[in-house]
Amino acid sequence: MALKLPIYMDNHATTPVDPRVVEAMLPYFTSRFGNAASRNHTFGWEAEQAVENAREQVARLINATPKEIIFTSGATESDNLAIKGVAEMYREKGNHIITMVIEHKAVLDTCKRLEKYGCQVTYLPVTKDGLIDLDDLRRAITPKTILITLMYANNEIGVLQPIEEIGKIAKEHGVIFHTDATQAVGKIPFDVQKFNVDLASLSAHKMYGPKGVGALYVRRKNPRVQLAPIIDGGGHERGMRSGTLNVPSIVGFGAACEIAQKEMATEMERLGKLRERLKGSIFKRLDEVYVNGSLEHRLPNNLNISFAYVEGESLLMGINDVAVSSGSACTSATLEPSYVLKALGVGEDLAHTSIRFGLGRFNTEEEVDYVVDRVVETVSRLRELSPLYEMAKEGVDLKQMQWKAD
Amino acid sequence: MAYSDKVLDHYKNPRNVGSLAKDDPNVGTGLVGAPECGDVMKLQMRVNPQTQVIEDAKFKTFGCGSAIASSSLATEWVKGKTVDEALKIKNTEIVKELNLPPVKIHCSVLAEDAIKAAIADYRKKRGAGQPTAVGEPAQASAD
Repeated sequence: MALKLPIYMDNHATTPVDPRVVEAMLPYFTSRFGNAASRNHTFGWEAEQAVENAREQVARLINATPKEIIFTSGATESDNLAIKGVAEMYREKGNHIITMVIEHKAVLDTCKRLEKYGCQVTYLPVTKDGLIDLDDLRRAITPKTILITLMYANNEIGVLQPIEEIGKIAKEHGVIFHTDATQAVGKIPFDVQKFNVDLASLSAHKMYGPKGVGALYVRRKNPRVQLAPIIDGGGHERGMRSGTLNVPSIVGFGAACEIAQKEMATEMERLGKLRERLKGSIFKRLDEVYVNGSLEHRLPNNLNISFAYVEGESLLMGINDVAVSSGSACTSATLEPSYVLKALGVGEDLAHTSIRFGLGRFNTEEEVDYVVDRVVETVSRLRELSPLYEMAKEGVDLKQMQWKAD
Repeated sequence: MAYSDKVLDHYKNPRNVGSLAKDDPNVGTGLVGAPECGDVMKLQMRVNPQTQVIEDAKFKTFGCGSAIASSSLATEWVKGKTVDEALKIKNTEIVKELNLPPVKIHCSVLAEDAIKAAIADYRKKRGAGQPTAVGEPAQASAD
């Protein structure tokens, strides 16, 4: 069968909506369009019933109860609500927050804003594997600590933090634990009870659901977590998030969760094999390629590789019928190379050469093989063009060079 | 980001890729940029010492498509020019020719620097009698 181009392999950025999810959503745009808050007619009741059904589907996937699910516009809002909500609600108790340097910007920038309002934030470093040191975390906790916010799976390198241990430490110290689980939920098992998670951010569009909808899990028992809302209004979602519910998208989110739960085990295995195929073939055919972050503690669908001596944007240009992302400065809005790779101690020279592959539900073996061919061919061609590759082959130590750049 | 057709053309069919013997007294080598900044250009030219005409030029570039295109274009433009004429090539002309967007202007600056650095290297080799390039070339050297 002929391959369909372009190939999408950027599933950490977003995922296509599963056709089964679209199917579930459609009636809620037209015949069942009611406002879930309308209490006195069937249109409202139907919408409310659909939302409550979705709430159960989401809750079941993460082993929570439906009342603990607050629907939001996505994980960025969930992160904001969790962190700002705790900071305000628990300000009598303390003002110290612990996070880490490779969090998503939705967490880092929220923490930075809170610093302006008097919060103290500790940014834990990570090892070259991309993992925090649990002793660093223990040492960082003070009597003023009100929140630990550490992501489960990283969006660039797919590295998984030791979430169960973090949950235990947080519980021992009586500190609320929030995790941005956006990249993990629906891909690998995530259990709020087992992990002692108090708050968790979720997003539908990273798991074959629609964009513009997400959720915050808010623990109701042991301990009962309270949040100050950041959006005030009609008191929807137990007063924590006002605004008319996005019923079709919430229905889609629920359907996506149900599918993920049913298919997770087989999908994890399949994607893990595809990832090994991708990595194995690239490593067999190219020298001087490096995996960024731990391979052991990692999402099965993620691969982040630096191709030494080949700048990332030029590589993307060469494989223009394949959609992946790069940590190169040239591809970022800030013109800075990836802060995540920098935090791992990946040199800026190698950070410029990194490519993130995000495999997904709809990728096939044939696609992986095609991508490998294109990558190998383009890297080889660009290395022929690279003065650095030439110098390295001549034995020049590039690290000892004194580069004089403006 | 969309690339101009000219950038794509130079990226896909780069002109004058390769290296010249850097120990040849008639060859000037310019190496500018830094790996940490995401672009390094090596531009070399062979100059006829009698006529001062640049008879051959080669490049290798580590960098984005615009950096590759800028240096590829630079080799095309210097070939056949005298050294003094080549020194007059301005980065703004490269920007115009390749339709570079504002975020890629530094690629053209680097190409201009590479030309100047190569000429300065050539003149240094030929003896101190020659005037040096205008402006400080950003040349990398292995110390």
